[in-house]
Formats: sequence, structure tokens, C-alpha cells
Amino acid sequence: MNFLNNFTKKTAIAAALFLGSVSVASAFTACQVTDTGGIDDNGFNQTAWKGVTDAQEKFGIDSRFLESQAETDYEANINSLLGGQCDVIVTVGFLLGDATKNAAETNPDQKFSIVDYAYDPTIPNVLGQVYATDQAAFMAGYLSAGMSKTGILGTFGGINIPPVTIFMDGFVSGANYYNAQKGASVKVLGWDKASREGLFTNNFDSLDDGRAFAQNLYDEGADIVLPVAGPVGLGSAALADELGTDALKIIGVDADLFLTDPAKKHVYLTSIVKRMDSTVTAVIQAAMEGTFEGGLIVGTLENNGVGIAPLHDFEDAVPAELKAELEAIRAGIIDGSINVGG
Amino acid sequence: MSEKTDINAEMNRLLARATRDRSDIEDLVVVPVFAVIVALILGAATMLATGVDLATIGKSFVALFVGSVGSLNAISETLTAAIPLVLAGLGLALGFRAGLFNIGAEGQLLLGGVAAVVFGFSFPDLPFVVLMPLCLLAGALTGAFYASIAGALKAATGAHEVISTIMLNLISYRLLDYLLRSPWIQKEGRSDPISKSVPDNAQLPRLLDWIEPNLRLHAGIFVMLIAVFVVYWILFRSKIGFAFRASGENPDAARYAGMHSGLIIVAAMASAGALAGLAGAAQVLGVLDRASPGFSAGIGFDAIAVALLGRSHPLGVLFAGVLFGGLEAGGRQMQVDAGVSIDIIGIIQALIIVFIAAPLLVRAIFPWGFRRTGDNHGGKGK
Repeated sequence: MNFLNNFTKKTAIAAALFLGSVSVASAFTACQVTDTGGIDDNGFNQTAWKGVTDAQEKFGIDSRFLESQAETDYEANINSLLGGQCDVIVTVGFLLGDATKNAAETNPDQKFSIVDYAYDPTIPNVLGQVYATDQAAFMAGYLSAGMSKTGILGTFGGINIPPVTIFMDGFVSGANYYNAQKGASVKVLGWDKASREGLFTNNFDSLDDGRAFAQNLYDEGADIVLPVAGPVGLGSAALADELGTDALKIIGVDADLFLTDPAKKHVYLTSIVKRMDSTVTAVIQAAMEGTFEGGLIVGTLENNGVGIAPLHDFEDAVPAELKAELEAIRAGIIDGSINVGG
Repeated sequence: MSEKTDINAEMNRLLARATRDRSDIEDLVVVPVFAVIVALILGAATMLATGVDLATIGKSFVALFVGSVGSLNAISETLTAAIPLVLAGLGLALGFRAGLFNIGAEGQLLLGGVAAVVFGFSFPDLPFVVLMPLCLLAGALTGAFYASIAGALKAATGAHEVISTIMLNLISYRLLDYLLRSPWIQKEGRSDPISKSVPDNAQLPRLLDWIEPNLRLHAGIFVMLIAVFVVYWILFRSKIGFAFRASGENPDAARYAGMHSGLIIVAAMASAGALAGLAGAAQVLGVLDRASPGFSAGIGFDAIAVALLGRSHPLGVLFAGVLFGGLEAGGRQMQVDAGVSIDIIGIIQALIIVFIAAPLLVRAIFPWGFRRTGDNHGGKGK
């Protein structure tokens, strides 16, 4: 029972240390509530959290986070961050929209910011962060169409909600644009833009689903797959790793997965990057400087809020001509001559 | 001579088993308490092993305590989390008493919750005193129906309830996805699977929101307390409860005594399902206002642990459910204050179950906590 005694002693010391340290709190605290993927999902939640840690480094603020284990946690998690301990609460994800709205309306003095949700009409103490992800996805769709050997691409989503389907819309449009330009007939499986129906895992956390959905798409002939489902896509990456990148490549989403998922980095042709980190940092900065206002900030190709990641290992595999076309498309989207909705 | 002592020992053993509920406080109380303590200590060791420093571990246990019972909000959160756990746990306990290992609470809870939501928004004009109880009833009946499928399969064909309830869980997930996409259930203007909201007059009213709007404790707590009482009454004071327990202890003896085993299986599964369905209904009517794919949040599985920890006794389930609710609420605070992953709570819960399932291990770790019972528990004493 030495261990037990030792432990209680240490706990007592630790508790004393803790009580001693409470008084020296930093001036500004940013808090974050994640969606169910978890803070270490290599993508969505992690990128948003990086915005807070970046702000921490830059401005020396304090930070806290709460992971949602299930949808039932959203309200409870936001509640436990209320009570004046957070200067700004950032909720991450469309699904937290209702819970954030309720909390913001009952606590009008608390500043909130939500990723992927635009309130209409806007709420005075909530700043929404949304992204024109279809612009970047359009480029990824064009690139994939140009790189596919089978002429079949695949995609699937987490849940059929706008911030997910906007990736799939852009991806399909990009492939269609490639077909129109080159007279090709590349097909995209898994999403029908017109009927708004497609493949969805209905969760943002099952790696098994990611593997199974990618396998199904691969069996139907797809050699490049875009999983838009946070960490679910890591399961697809595992399959691509086993099959080899000649057979199956993956398009990452949210972060540059080549960097955040180093174990499987070779399977990512590119990533559709959604710079939640920079918008979250900007929100925190605004809150610190007192310029925070309810409303909306939109990340686009033009302001670098979205983009596609470097090709890394595929730099040599992608023809120079295709790269040049991508640059032209980027310019075309920014100046409005290419319509990503088309 | 030795034969006679053997018989006496055997008699004592049988007697002790028959009157387990009253006499063996140790198994019912001491083992769970020690199991919780060991699990907390091992939880700390796990944190230490994963590179969390001692100050943070201390902080996280303070937060665990503060976040579960340290404030009005904490107590409210603990009880809110406990309500569905206790309700579903009671159902499972009832099944365990009847010798049925029902894994299907998750599916029964999901469908019960959906039924309550659908009933709620289908009759929004009924007054609160009629609509709210009917919503609960709809949930309970749906849960009962879904569970009795597994019961009927077992009674008619002998299909094992563990297998069939697991299968029924999987069916319920997909059924839920399908239902939530059907136009008459799906929320207007949304393309993801999410149901319409429950009207205000079907909701279980929040009890403490006049103190502070964030307090989520709702009238489901009365449903829970009534259920504890009713299950206690059914199990220990009613004829059907006696039949449940008799067929759980010894199905053959129960059959020879003239009990209809098939009927008892279906009835036990249906009552278990009704309680799980009630848990789902309480969750949507009291907390969530709507149904979505993940709304069960694994409560149906956590409830298995609650029923085991509560030793399948209604009061035990009540305490175990409140403990697990406290771990959930405290775990949240632990993450906020100490930045320790909430997964550590899952580890602690799992460890509790390990030690509950292995009482001999607990006895070996804490020998002084138990009377010297000799051959009573160690199998063959000689």
C-alpha cells in the first residue's frame, strides 16, 4: 500500500500547487468546443484548435477546450464554459449551430464565434466563420480529373450538411469543367449535385466507415477519392496505403494532411485546405482589441481562407501543363471569369 | 463425519446464495466501493504513464470532484446525465434478474426516443398534461415492442438474446438514419438526418431554470425515481417479478413450478425495452428537443455498466447511475480545468467494470475490507 500513501501525498501536494496557481491567471482566455471528431483529428477540429494555439503563441493568451463526445454534449459543453471564464467561445462545426444560438441569446454579454455557420439574421454577439470551400474543391476536382487513369473519381461525406456538401459540389464542378475543356468524360461517384443526394457515413468519427466507403468506391473503379468527413477520411487513407497509390489516391480536406498525417502522407494527392486556423486567430485578435462584432467572415481563394495544398510527393507526377492550367483556374475563379457553381 | 460437514457447508452455501440480497452486504456494497477507488487510482496512474504531470493530475481530480458535486450547476449536470443511465440501467437490471443478457438497450432507446419525438410533433395541439405523458408512453411502448422481438425470437426459436439484441441495435441505427430522412420526420429546410423539434408542451419541463437559465435538470428525474420504485416493487413484491427472478436463478426449477418460460422471457424483455425506450424519450423530451443520428450517445451501453455496478438492484442502479452521471459531468470539468482528455473517464469507467466483474481481485487488493469468509467465496474451500 506504499503506492496508495505515496499517491495521496502527491495528490495533496498537487492540489496545493493548483490552489496556489489559480490567482495568477492571464488576462485573456479563448475557449473552444470541438465537434465529435476530437481535437486530434488531423483535420477539421485540429485546424480550428491551431487557430487558438497560434493566438496563444502570438498574444500570450490562455486557452481551454472541450471535446464533444456526442451530439448530446454540445449544450452541456458550451454551458460549462460560460460564467465569465472565457473572453470568447469558439464553437467548431455546423452541428453546433442550434446550441450556439441558444447560448448566445441567453448570454448576450458573452462573445461567441462559430466555424461553418452563418446565422440569418446575424446575432450581435456571434461572429460566424464560413468558407467558399467550393473554390478550392473546384481546383482539386480539376486536378483529380486530370490525374485519374480510370476516368472515375469518388467522394463521400460525413453528414449531408452545407459545409460538407460544398466540398463535393466544388469537386464535381471541377471535374465537369475538366470534361468541358478537354472533351473528356470523367465521372464522379458519390454525389449528385442536382438531387443533393450522395454517399454519407452519417458520422464524423468512424475510421471503419472511411475504409468501407473508400473500398466501395474503389470497387466501382474510382482511383482518386475525396472523403469529406474529418477523421473518417483517415480510414480511407489507410486503405490507399495498403492498395498503393497507383491504385488509389486520397484528397485530404481541411488541413494539409501531408503534414498532419505523416504516417500516411504519401497517399494524399493534395488537400483542400480550409484555413480555419487563420480565421479563428483573427476572431481572437478582434476580441482582444475590442473590434469584435457579430456578423460573418468568409474565407475565399482570394484572401487565402481556402486553397489547395502543395503537391509534395506528387510534384513530379503531375504534368507541368496541368499545373499551369490549375494556376489559370485559380486566377479565373478569383477574377470571376470561372463560375465554380457551374 | 466429514461427509456431514460437507453437507452443512453446501447447505450454507446454498442458503447464502438464496438470501444474497439481504445478507451479503460485502458483495453488494464493499466490492463496488473498492472497485471505484481502485479505478480512480489506476486512472491517475494511466495519466502519469501518458506523461501528465502530478500537478495536473491533482488538478484534474479536484476538477472531477468540483464538476460533479461542487456547485448547483454541477449537481444539475450530474443528475441530468444520470436520468437516462438509470432508466436504461433499470431495464437491463430487470433483464439480468430474469437471466437475460440484453445488449439491445441502445437500439430500444433510439427507437423509443424517435417515437416520443414523432408523437410530440404530430399532436402539437394537445395540452401539456396529456401530450407529455403520452410521448413518454409512446417511447416506452416502442422500446418494449422492439425488445420483445428479441424476446419472442428466444422464446420461439431459442435464438440467444445477446446475438439478436446486437443485431437489432445495428438495424435500429440504419432504421434511424432512414426515419430521420423521411419527409414527415425530417426538419424543414435541412438535408441532413435530423428530426423536427418537439413542441414546448411535450417537453419535460426544466426544474431549475428559474435560478439560472443554463441549469438543465428536468422533470425526467421524477420519472426516474418513480421507475426505481416501480422496478423495486415489480422485482421483489409482485408475482411476475418472482417469476422473473425464479427463471433467472434456475430456469428448470421455474418451469417445473409451472411458470411459462416463454411468456416470462417476452415479458422481461418487453419491460426492459420499455425502460430503455423511456430513457430515450426522457432524453429527447428533456434535453435534446429532437432526434439526430447520434442522440443515444452510447447511453444504452453505459447502462450495462450501470446495471452491473448496481448489482441489478434498483437502488444500486440508482447510485451507480448517479456515479456515472457524476463522472460524465466531472469529466467535462476535468477537461476544461486541467486539459486532460475526457477519454480518461472512459478508462476509469472500464476499470470499474473490470473490478466489479472480478470481485476476487478486489478482495485480494483490499484483504482488510472483508470478513474472513473462507470457503464461501473461494470455490472449494478444502
